[in-house]
Amino acid sequence: MSAEVSRIAPAAAARVGGFVRRIAADPMGCLGLTLVTLLLFTGVFADLLVPYDPIKIAVPERLMDPSWAHPLGTDQLGRDVLSRVIKGSQIALGVAVSAITLSFAGGVILGLLAGYGPRWLDNVLLLLFDAVYSFPSIMLALAIITLLGPSLGTVVLVVVIGSVPVYARLIRTQTLTVKTSEFVLAERSMGAGRFRIMARHILPNVIGPLLIVASMDVPVVITIEAGLSFLGLGVRPPAPSWGRILNDGYTQIRDTPWIVIGGGIPLIVTTLGFTFLGEALRDQLDPKLRKPVG
Amino acid sequence: MSAGAVLDIRGLGVDFLTPRGRVHALRDVSLQVPRGSVVGVVGESGSGKSTLILAALRLLPANALILGGEVVLDGEDVLRMSPAALRDLRGRKATMVFQDPSTSLNPVLTIGRQMIDIQYRDRVPTARKRDRAATMLRKVGIPDPATRLDNYPHEFSGGMRQRIAIAMALLCNPDLLIADEPTTALDVTMEAQIIHLLRQLKSEFHGSILFVSHNLGLIAELCDRVVILYAGAVAEEGSVHDLFHRPRHPYTQALLECDPARLAKVSRELPTIPGDVPDLLAAPVGCAFAPRCPKVFERCRREAPRLVADGDGHGAACHLVPAIASSRVGPRPSTGSGRGPPVEPVET
Amino acid sequence: MSPLLEIRDLRIRFRVAGPIRARLKGIDDPFLDAVLGVSFALKPGSTFGLVGESGSGKSTLARAIVGLVPVHSGAILFEGEEAKGGDSDFATRRRHIAMMFQDPVGSLSPRLTVRALITEPFLIHGKDGRDLDAEARRLLDMVGLPANFAGRYPHELSGGQARRIGVARALALAPKLIIADEPTAGLDVSVQGEILNLLVRLQRELGLAYLIITHNLAVIRHVSDELAIMYMGRFVEQGATRDIFENPAHPYTHGLLAAQPLPDPDRRRANVELQGEVPSLARRPKGCEFHTRCPRAIARCRVEIPLPSRLDAGRLVRCHAPLVAPIASTD
Repeated sequence: MSAEVSRIAPAAAARVGGFVRRIAADPMGCLGLTLVTLLLFTGVFADLLVPYDPIKIAVPERLMDPSWAHPLGTDQLGRDVLSRVIKGSQIALGVAVSAITLSFAGGVILGLLAGYGPRWLDNVLLLLFDAVYSFPSIMLALAIITLLGPSLGTVVLVVVIGSVPVYARLIRTQTLTVKTSEFVLAERSMGAGRFRIMARHILPNVIGPLLIVASMDVPVVITIEAGLSFLGLGVRPPAPSWGRILNDGYTQIRDTPWIVIGGGIPLIVTTLGFTFLGEALRDQLDPKLRKPVG
Repeated sequence: MSAGAVLDIRGLGVDFLTPRGRVHALRDVSLQVPRGSVVGVVGESGSGKSTLILAALRLLPANALILGGEVVLDGEDVLRMSPAALRDLRGRKATMVFQDPSTSLNPVLTIGRQMIDIQYRDRVPTARKRDRAATMLRKVGIPDPATRLDNYPHEFSGGMRQRIAIAMALLCNPDLLIADEPTTALDVTMEAQIIHLLRQLKSEFHGSILFVSHNLGLIAELCDRVVILYAGAVAEEGSVHDLFHRPRHPYTQALLECDPARLAKVSRELPTIPGDVPDLLAAPVGCAFAPRCPKVFERCRREAPRLVADGDGHGAACHLVPAIASSRVGPRPSTGSGRGPPVEPVET
Repeated sequence: MSPLLEIRDLRIRFRVAGPIRARLKGIDDPFLDAVLGVSFALKPGSTFGLVGESGSGKSTLARAIVGLVPVHSGAILFEGEEAKGGDSDFATRRRHIAMMFQDPVGSLSPRLTVRALITEPFLIHGKDGRDLDAEARRLLDMVGLPANFAGRYPHELSGGQARRIGVARALALAPKLIIADEPTAGLDVSVQGEILNLLVRLQRELGLAYLIITHNLAVIRHVSDELAIMYMGRFVEQGATRDIFENPAHPYTHGLLAAQPLPDPDRRRANVELQGEVPSLARRPKGCEFHTRCPRAIARCRVEIPLPSRLDAGRLVRCHAPLVAPIASTD
């Protein structure tokens, strides 16, 4: 089995370069890629980019309108909203990217196993997915947080446990349709092993829809994090998560709209960026949807 | 002139807008289906035969662009009709039987329900409609039709489903039945039965059939007139006898030679038509068949041949044809099986 | 010459209901026989045609040969050896037997390029230091496609081109036998000839044996040496192709031949010889399976399963009232 992995891996790695270039060639993909890169850049270098300390309180300068000194104004405690937004991107992306990546990997592996593995495994996995799925998600989240205590890691875990069954089911259903197609039979007749068929022939044909779902889930996860933070179950104040910024903004919306706008824009940008990128990814994975270059 | 034709397509041109560019799917195609006759359309993949029949009911996909021409069904131009009039026409004047009987029936409704629903235009009691459906099923050879009306499509075999599809198509007593490769998905013995059924029904319903197929055997078996399409244009048309016994276009000749069923002697080396069907992204200059034609000469590459027909309505779009058999030059005749009025010669 | 492939009294069954459901629903026999009592031998370098309608079991039989379907009883011997048990046992057999499936485009993995598709067999069975690019060029050349096809994807191929790629894949490991399931299905008449000529040429050059499964009698007549006609899992007639076409012995064979439309408007058939359709395998008729549709059926056909009887020149027919008089009954 490992021999097969090593044979497939280099080809996959070589393809990634051309892949990114082709995404950039598609206008929507290019926009998505730019927005997501911008976000990632902001997240990674947040500490260098912030003009002010995002958690430093300066009560005399509270609720100021945007100015050159504070492009997005200040909040009710006089903190610079722009700095908080920048710093918040770190938390938002950290939670979202790690939760989605883990869910994606888990969903793909379990989904393929359920769809192409032995029948009993499919039954066991389905039972498991349904068990998790039938739990009210808020109850599940609260239970996990109560058990493990509120932290960023817990938020990630809550999201992963909630999304893996959804992702796995999606992959499983697709796998079931693909596995009876003639080309899979043709591969089997040539003596291709289970792993090879799953990785090389089934996976590329089933992953498209999940890529979209997952990339559109990125902003959802960010809102979940925001929601949990609001309930005091996620990021503890004064850490500046976008959810916290929004919530701060709501309480002050009669006095100034700038906090909500400042906290909302990055959320919109993230949603658009990941959605565009997801759709471009799907198009590129499917040679039939690939637009001719030039 | 088209008084005798149920369907009269004239000079139809259709382009498809695709990411690769404009595909010239049909170029100046004319075709007539005389009342009471079966006209076969023969073409290989990419010949435009599906586009042609979709255009006949204006069911073309959104990326299709009708460049010109007219499609006259029972005296009305389908291409210039209001959507309401169009809906009224589909299913009443012309109905269609599709290739795959497993997907052309709604799987969640009983066939009785579907056959009653399709008569929605008639203001008669449901019980009466049900009787009609049962009668029609009997006519297409479904045993015990009254009980079978309560079955779902999956409870029938492929051949039975195709019979049901034909029954549904005939329920509204259409003037024209369009059959798009109706036996391709069926076994040979079932295919023979369906073709036989269509032949019986034709004499019973006095309707006309436009029968599309790539199977020359079926065309010979069923049709009165035949139109051969190649690369989006009519290569040859004529009565079924003329086409099979006196083909004029080199493409028709090659196509007939290729059919392994026509080879009397067993041979390991089967005849083929070398080369590929042209890519219709660029409209062919000259004759579309020229690159594959064994009799090609200089003029073919330069000038597209016009369809030249004789008094029997046998015509071929080939520069060699006038020399062979032309007695009259003109636009196409619209005679049925050569029995109609002769075509008036065109001023030259 | 010893046969390359020999099938002895093969039976393949499918389970239609689990043991519990069968008990609950009162099904005595929760199995369907897809292939029943089939025996034949295929000589190296020759072509055997397998003809039947859907549900005849012809594709199941082919799949069992490469181990895609489990065998219930009987034996499949390749070069005198029997493969039993699991995939590992079939691994060597799959090197020597290549299979081509019906749908020219659909049997190619859609996300792979032509190069990846035709060199896939080397990756599965070990490439032994082969230069895959050179192999891809060699295989494309063998099937008459230019080398620049290597970068294309299946959906960019025409049916005929995709079929050629299928042949190239089958040839990759230099097999001794190619099993072709409807090699001309879905292809235009002009392209059918090209593919068949290619197969015949490759057979001559490489000494390949073919097992061709088809319902197209017009095609199989020209390409096969021997023929078997299948009906509901049984060989109802088998023998030299020429004999069968000239003088069909089984009423079903006769009916199949009569059902082929002739491309001649002057020889239209007045009536249809075979009425009805193949019964469901779940309701296998008693006696001779064909008696429900047979124009020659006699009382005996309804109760007694006919055994294969021998005609001239090694021809076998399973019929109580064959159109050609038998010499003797086997077993």
